[in-house]
Amino acid sequence: MSAELGLAALWMSAALAILQLAGGAIAQRNPDAPLAALVRPAAILQGFLAVFSFAMLLWVFAITDLSVKLVATNSHSMKPMIFKLSGAWGNHEGSMLLWVTVMALAGALIAWLERRLPEKTMQATLASQGFVAIGFYAFLLLSSNPFERLATPAVEGSGLNPLLQDIGLAFHPPTLYMGYVGLSVAFSFAVGALLTRQVNPEFARVMRPWVLGAWVFLTLGITAGSYWAYYELGWGGWWFWDPVENASLMPWLAATALLHSASVLAARDALRVWTIMLGVVAFSMSMLGTFLVRSGILTSVHAFAVDPERGSFILALLCLYIGGALLLFALRAGSVSEGQRFALVSREGALVFNNVMLSAILGIVLLGTLYPILTEAFDVRVSVGPPYFNPVGAIFTIPMLAVMAVGPMLRWREDNIDRIKLPIAIVTVLVVTAALAIVLFTSDIGVLPLLGLAFAVGLGVASFMPLRGRNLLRVPLATWGMVISHFGIAVALLGMASESAFTDEKLVAVAPGEATQLSGFTITLESVDPIAGPNWTAMEAQITAQRGDGAPVVLNPQSRHFWAPVQQTTESALLTRWDGQLYAVVGAPSPDGRWQLRLWWKPLVTLIWYGGLLIALGGTLSIIGRLSSDIRRRQRLAREADERADMAALRVENGAAPAGGAA
Amino acid sequence: MKRVLPLLAIVSLSLPLAAQDDLPPAPYAYTQLEDPAQEAEAVALMETLRCLKCQSQSIADSDAPMAGDMRHQVRTRIAAGQEPEKIRQWLIDRYGDYVSYAPRVTSSTWPLFAIPLLLLLVAGAILWRRIGRKSVGGPDQILDEGDD
Amino acid sequence: MRWTLWVPLMLFAFFVGVAGYQLFQPKDEFIPSTMIGQALPEFELPAASETRPGVTTADFKDGKSKLLNIWASWCLPCIAEAPHLESLKEEGVEIIGVAIRDKREDVDEFLATHGNPYSRIGADEISAVQLEIGSSGVPETFVIDGEGNIIHQHIGDVRARDVQRLLEILEDAS
Repeated sequence: MSAELGLAALWMSAALAILQLAGGAIAQRNPDAPLAALVRPAAILQGFLAVFSFAMLLWVFAITDLSVKLVATNSHSMKPMIFKLSGAWGNHEGSMLLWVTVMALAGALIAWLERRLPEKTMQATLASQGFVAIGFYAFLLLSSNPFERLATPAVEGSGLNPLLQDIGLAFHPPTLYMGYVGLSVAFSFAVGALLTRQVNPEFARVMRPWVLGAWVFLTLGITAGSYWAYYELGWGGWWFWDPVENASLMPWLAATALLHSASVLAARDALRVWTIMLGVVAFSMSMLGTFLVRSGILTSVHAFAVDPERGSFILALLCLYIGGALLLFALRAGSVSEGQRFALVSREGALVFNNVMLSAILGIVLLGTLYPILTEAFDVRVSVGPPYFNPVGAIFTIPMLAVMAVGPMLRWREDNIDRIKLPIAIVTVLVVTAALAIVLFTSDIGVLPLLGLAFAVGLGVASFMPLRGRNLLRVPLATWGMVISHFGIAVALLGMASESAFTDEKLVAVAPGEATQLSGFTITLESVDPIAGPNWTAMEAQITAQRGDGAPVVLNPQSRHFWAPVQQTTESALLTRWDGQLYAVVGAPSPDGRWQLRLWWKPLVTLIWYGGLLIALGGTLSIIGRLSSDIRRRQRLAREADERADMAALRVENGAAPAGGAA
Repeated sequence: MKRVLPLLAIVSLSLPLAAQDDLPPAPYAYTQLEDPAQEAEAVALMETLRCLKCQSQSIADSDAPMAGDMRHQVRTRIAAGQEPEKIRQWLIDRYGDYVSYAPRVTSSTWPLFAIPLLLLLVAGAILWRRIGRKSVGGPDQILDEGDD
Repeated sequence: MRWTLWVPLMLFAFFVGVAGYQLFQPKDEFIPSTMIGQALPEFELPAASETRPGVTTADFKDGKSKLLNIWASWCLPCIAEAPHLESLKEEGVEIIGVAIRDKREDVDEFLATHGNPYSRIGADEISAVQLEIGSSGVPETFVIDGEGNIIHQHIGDVRARDVQRLLEILEDAS
């Protein structure tokens, strides 16, 4: 019954999306039409129903209802509950349902909360949101039904891919989707503004917290995914420019550019066309990503296996939505006035420069990701990976980091360099000194890690410069947000460069009782014992690691064997210190009783993800800061309006005898 | 069969236990070279060679037996004194450009380099157009307060 | 600069074209060898089984074109192709086998169960020869001409319909 309830709710949501579209469209011609009043309620109700539908899916997974096909193919009665639940989105249909649920929720939220824009624009926005939702509902209901039943219930489920039976799966997809799909709001706002010709600072101010919200989730999702890959895959890699990783990075890059572009539009009524473009591009990247992952067109470890029919369905949706939005853009954006020019040395100048750099990086990632598809159409196979993305991306990233250090210190409209000569000098000296020190005290460091380290140091200090000379308690929360986010980038960069430059690796075969040395650690293999878990057995190594005179720490890497489905995985063991992580993996035994150990010392690697968390924190502070200042501003305006009304009433009472006499 | 197909196709980095050989890995698949400088050279090369039996990984990051055999080849050849680029070329001669992640400018990869160059020029053009003197006319006030 | 507004749409249309076309191309998971037309590299492999001698490159240079079959006892499609290799052998084709990452007992057991169409079987325990000729999986079958040049590569197991084609290619190579 629950599956049918979920399916029914899904159909009703789809119907409401159609209503939302119809109402919003009619409202453009006739704001007083009865259907126009239904747009907001339809969106809100759609949100409820979609959430209900998803809850039903979670329910059938929680109770392992084996008559539901999705549960039978992706779950197992012996799985721990958390993995039963997260298995709901660990497959194509379930994650697609998550997609439409987040879309419906986002639409419901803006319908419920957003009152700052002209009603007509809001209705156009919600119509756009509904329009996009309809396509994905159709995809779900017609070709990827998550609630499909089996004629005879399965005896037992096939289980979930062991690599996905990890706490990371509980976090990574939901946060990622909230970010990914949350950007649909920006898309709809952009389309709504284009349709009603309302591309102005108010629109940017309204859109900004929504974009920030999606962006914070996306940052968290990508950070979680990176950390998860790092400890789960057994080789200590945290980013490989894999097509699906890129599919999450591209919306992030577009959203970052959009964020900053909206700032310029809100403050100076400039960059109108650019902001609209980015609003469309950000969610287009999300949709493109979902196509790449689910169509089978790309080779990736992440890819869901879906047949070409489904792939072409999604491609058709892409044509409709991205094509439609870009067509609307080409037709209407020309009538949006160009906006101001700015002085080179100004806040806008820096933001424009960085926007252009971010967009270029986005273009390069897109190019590198799609290029193998293009060549394959000509029967040529090439591989594009880190050796391409890292240097080519760096060409645009390095200047961007340099301007990012200076930009926040600049004033709007026009500024002169002399005013901030001192902070710039300090930062430059820091960068150069750091670079020289690194070159002198280390050997064999690559150019990119060297630049990364030096710039990280400089940027880290520079991000606090906007605070200098100010009363820290009176600095607006949004400014703190910017400072912390930029600082987070510096921290993450430091971690990335350090890991790249200074990782120490050791592969050894040791017998129990033997020890080996790595970067000041003495690592002893005590024993290797069999151990069993809920749906796996493993050989677990007892390793003690001791640094100098410190206390020895026990590490337990495992080589795990799952039986449903049959698969072998390695579980790494991590030892975290303030200056890095020791990463240990146990491999296969050799006939003479020795065990393969793979050990890494990765200095400062955890900074990568702490940096990511800081970035998200900064974004959250910005949201809170802007929302509260917006609320305060409107309260003040309301208060002033009240005061004016009171004064007018007083004047009428006191002096205006004629007015009183006339009555 | 339709049900089984998606399941079989869910890819993973660990190894399915069917269709697997029993032999131990090649000698230098999991053993580092004695000379740290040579080992560093070997690792740098391995990180840019693609595992042919995996979905999208370098041979440095894969547990597949063939990846191990390729690592063995890389390490033994480096120990014998061969240049990394020669080893890469040896593999490309056998498997084509697909096996190498290192970008090379060839008739099939030139757009990968031409387009970033183009982007550089376009970026420059955009910045040139937008950045000039202070605007003449137009709203002078800063519209968004608290936007420090 | 009106026309620049159309650039994103144009780029998108180009992408849709390529993607749409690619979606319906058969998914080609195989990596073909680029050694076709080149000479077989020099190698020497010990015998994988007591029943047959080992393999060297010289064995291919006797003037007769033959098949080089890359296989393994742990390879399931190899079981399926065994009868077709047998029919090729009956047609007078010499098949030299290279067993990848295999133990002697396993090789012997496979041959006893599924037949032995090989004139020689080499033991390639670390895939060295497999890498040398650009093979990336098992099973694969190469047509080698009388001078030891690689003429053709067949990826995957040999099926009934492939037998005739291989015979023709062997014929042409002579």
